[in-house]
Amino acid sequence: MEGTAGPYDASVRVVMKALGAKLTDPPDWSCCGSTPAHAVDHTFAAALAARNLTIVEKMGCPTLTTPCPSCLSAFKKAHRRMARNKVFAQEVNSLLDAPYNCTVTAKSILQVIYEDMGLDEVARPVTTEIPDLKVAPYYGCILNRPPEVAGFDDPENPISMDRVLEAVGVKVVDFAFKVECCGAAFGVPKKETVTFLTAKVLEMALDAGANCIAVACPLCQQNLDLRQAQVNSGRGSTFDIPVLYFSQIMGLAYGYSPQELGIDKCIVRPERLIRSRAPIAQAPEERKTAEKKAAQGE
Amino acid sequence: MRVGVFICHCGNNIAGTVDVARVAEETRKIPGVVYATDYMYTCSEPGQDEIKETIKREGLNRVVVAACSPRMHELTFRRTVEKAGLNRYFFEMANIREHISWVGENKEANTNKAIEAVRMAVMKVMQDKALFSSSFKVNKRVLVIGGGVAGMQAALDCADGGLETVIVEKSPSVGGMMARLDKTFPTIDCSICILGPKMVDVAQHDLITLHAYSEIEDIKGYVGNYQVKVRKKATYVDWSKCTGCGECMTKCPGKNAYDHFNFGVAPTKAINIPFPQAIPKKAKIDPQFCRQFLKGKCGVCAKVCPTKAINYEMQDEIVTEDVGAIVVASGYGLIDQGLLPEYGGGRYPDVITGIQYERILNASGPTSGHIERPSDHTEPKTIVFVSCAGSRDKSVGIPYCSNFCCMYIAKQAILTKDHIPDSQSYVFYMDIRSTGKGYDEFTRRAQEEYGARYVRGRVSRIFPKGKKMVVRGADTLLGTQVEIEADLVVLATAVTASPGAAQLAEKLHISYDTDGFYVESHPKLRPVETNTAGVYLAGAAQGPKDIPASVGQGSAAAAKVLSLLSKEMLESDPAVARVNTNACVGCLKCVKTCPFQAIKEEELRGGKTVASVIETVCAGCGVCTSTCPCGAIQLQHFTDNQLLAEVNALCQM
Repeated sequence: MEGTAGPYDASVRVVMKALGAKLTDPPDWSCCGSTPAHAVDHTFAAALAARNLTIVEKMGCPTLTTPCPSCLSAFKKAHRRMARNKVFAQEVNSLLDAPYNCTVTAKSILQVIYEDMGLDEVARPVTTEIPDLKVAPYYGCILNRPPEVAGFDDPENPISMDRVLEAVGVKVVDFAFKVECCGAAFGVPKKETVTFLTAKVLEMALDAGANCIAVACPLCQQNLDLRQAQVNSGRGSTFDIPVLYFSQIMGLAYGYSPQELGIDKCIVRPERLIRSRAPIAQAPEERKTAEKKAAQGE
Repeated sequence: MRVGVFICHCGNNIAGTVDVARVAEETRKIPGVVYATDYMYTCSEPGQDEIKETIKREGLNRVVVAACSPRMHELTFRRTVEKAGLNRYFFEMANIREHISWVGENKEANTNKAIEAVRMAVMKVMQDKALFSSSFKVNKRVLVIGGGVAGMQAALDCADGGLETVIVEKSPSVGGMMARLDKTFPTIDCSICILGPKMVDVAQHDLITLHAYSEIEDIKGYVGNYQVKVRKKATYVDWSKCTGCGECMTKCPGKNAYDHFNFGVAPTKAINIPFPQAIPKKAKIDPQFCRQFLKGKCGVCAKVCPTKAINYEMQDEIVTEDVGAIVVASGYGLIDQGLLPEYGGGRYPDVITGIQYERILNASGPTSGHIERPSDHTEPKTIVFVSCAGSRDKSVGIPYCSNFCCMYIAKQAILTKDHIPDSQSYVFYMDIRSTGKGYDEFTRRAQEEYGARYVRGRVSRIFPKGKKMVVRGADTLLGTQVEIEADLVVLATAVTASPGAAQLAEKLHISYDTDGFYVESHPKLRPVETNTAGVYLAGAAQGPKDIPASVGQGSAAAAKVLSLLSKEMLESDPAVARVNTNACVGCLKCVKTCPFQAIKEEELRGGKTVASVIETVCAGCGVCTSTCPCGAIQLQHFTDNQLLAEVNALCQM
């Protein structure tokens, strides 16, 4: 995260702080194995993920949260298979320094924000409105799938990010390609696959009336943002649509500067959209009570 | 005690994996057994004659047959021994087919198990007591639950046979799903035109009483004597005064009521008559949409009604009907589109269900039979039909085929071409299931004459693109992805059990399967009977069915009712619970546990309180016997002593 998705890391830390949550980094954490590991060996992949779960278990933490869906998926799959299959658990544990006892629940940052904190909490720190922003929420393929592993939100039409962004006062469009594939890691071996699939997502976002895409995955962000120029040059298109992490948008609504949220690192520049942001005169709760009073007065 | 044992080969069914000759040989060694033999088909006529002759020749007074499940032939053999002069309860069956030969491959082990099973049956039969049924009077009235085509057919057949018939229909009109259809396959005749006369017959038949807009509240009793409480839901219109003129509906300002009859294709008025041919053609108010109920002021309908039939104070009314038999024809439901998020989950107005499209096609529907998109009322040119929307899909919990979607999709594709000649229909299908008479020809016609393009593959996603709906799927014959930009998408949503089917089953004491459909007594040989005597099934309540099958079952159920109620008296099953008043301490635990309310409190002459079983109500389930702390209540033919004799037989080996 620090290396390849710095802005996601920075914005998530800022937002969670604003929400009053204390994040603790597991000491001596290691790579989850990502795509290469499970493409080679499932036991090895599970061991890489379970090593981190063991660390969290030792810390006495019941919940592990990660912004990256790929890490999340690795943790959830390893946990699920070890919990359900004792032989597999033994194989994995034999590769680890300390056995994993299957007591940690892995959750995405989005799930923690949406389910554990709740939308009322999410709305509380809002100080700023961004009237020009119209967001297409893009969840990607593995944040909430496969449903039996993810156990969060709807696998075909998820709504958690929609609701969170709405709660911070941002306009969200009805976006049909929330869970379409962006091409993922195919950018390396076969770039055309990614540009073909990414172009579909970008086009649908524009069709839906959005001027910005919100993502929850570093690889989606990379494919949609970094490769947008490749899409354009390869396909003769003229896409120019900024791609922000949902946490960056939340951070803006909470009044943080684009620099603090790493928005200055975006390839497709979002300045023209976020320029419109302005402080809300009253805090949302006070505004609500004021509105209520006004309504009662009538 | 002279016991005779007959061990059946059942062709190879039993003899294939059980050494029946050895079973007979071992059985002969049991004290009390004077005769044991094996026989090819014991249930055949010569087989039964053999039993009768042996009873006489050997002077048998108890008989055991080791063969199939008693559910199959117990009654057959009871009659056989009765004909030979024995009490029919001096007979036992050992199930060595379903329990042994069919489930085990090891012949040695099977044979030993069969010997044990036969020994148990022999020990039981030696404990059996002669039991005699008593007879009771039958109420010759019939209740039909559900006024769809199956229920109406059953009611008309019963009434034509001279039985007084009561129909209880949940919605305000009879007609069910068939009344909503535009045309019927494979003849394309108008659905309401062929159903209408039946509906009128129901209304006009002297022997039929119709409770529309009513539900079953409670059912008590037993075969021949049921007491049924019917809740007549408040319509807020006095139906004895309402003439069905429709003036109230025209003037009603509450314009956003959900139209149940049209499946919400367009809103209806808060006071409404469901459709022009409704029987009874009476208005009712939906209070959740009515201004009078929501805001306490309006009263327009009351003002305009020429017969002063509106009554905002009306309450639900409970009426009791006494009947001898019940036909359950409560129909089916449809899966909620929300369970199909990949198809929009109901979010897109131009993705509709098959039954909604049926209403759009219909001349008396909300669009007067003009096909238009719900979103902008334009005429669609490209229409995509998605079959198996939920059906045959374990991920939404529906593993079964919905039976008639393939056919109605073909019909709708044909009708679409008739309505809009320059339209193009596409049908995504998994398989075309068109097994009825004239059905396959019909689906061929849809393709060959009407140019519907059938794409073999499933649809993965439906999403909007501008004004179009993009249907993305696979063509598995070409091995490629397809995307079709459609103006309108019609989903053949899966058939489910009717909402409330489980609650009704509990009231009726009948069973339902994991999908919620009612279970017949035997899938092949007793298709309209249930395991509760006097309760019969008809139509899609038992499983998805098209019109001909539903009508056929309606008539079949009526035939069963007519034969049951052709008798003046019925015989009760003597295998019921009986209380030994000397042992009963009057704790009355059994009264509380009896699921059939068959046990009542009774005071003996000496003032002692005991439990007493109402013989005709008792279903012989045996719950009371396991509850009784002092063994005072005993299920006849399954007494503690009889069961312990079996257990002992098993333990002594």
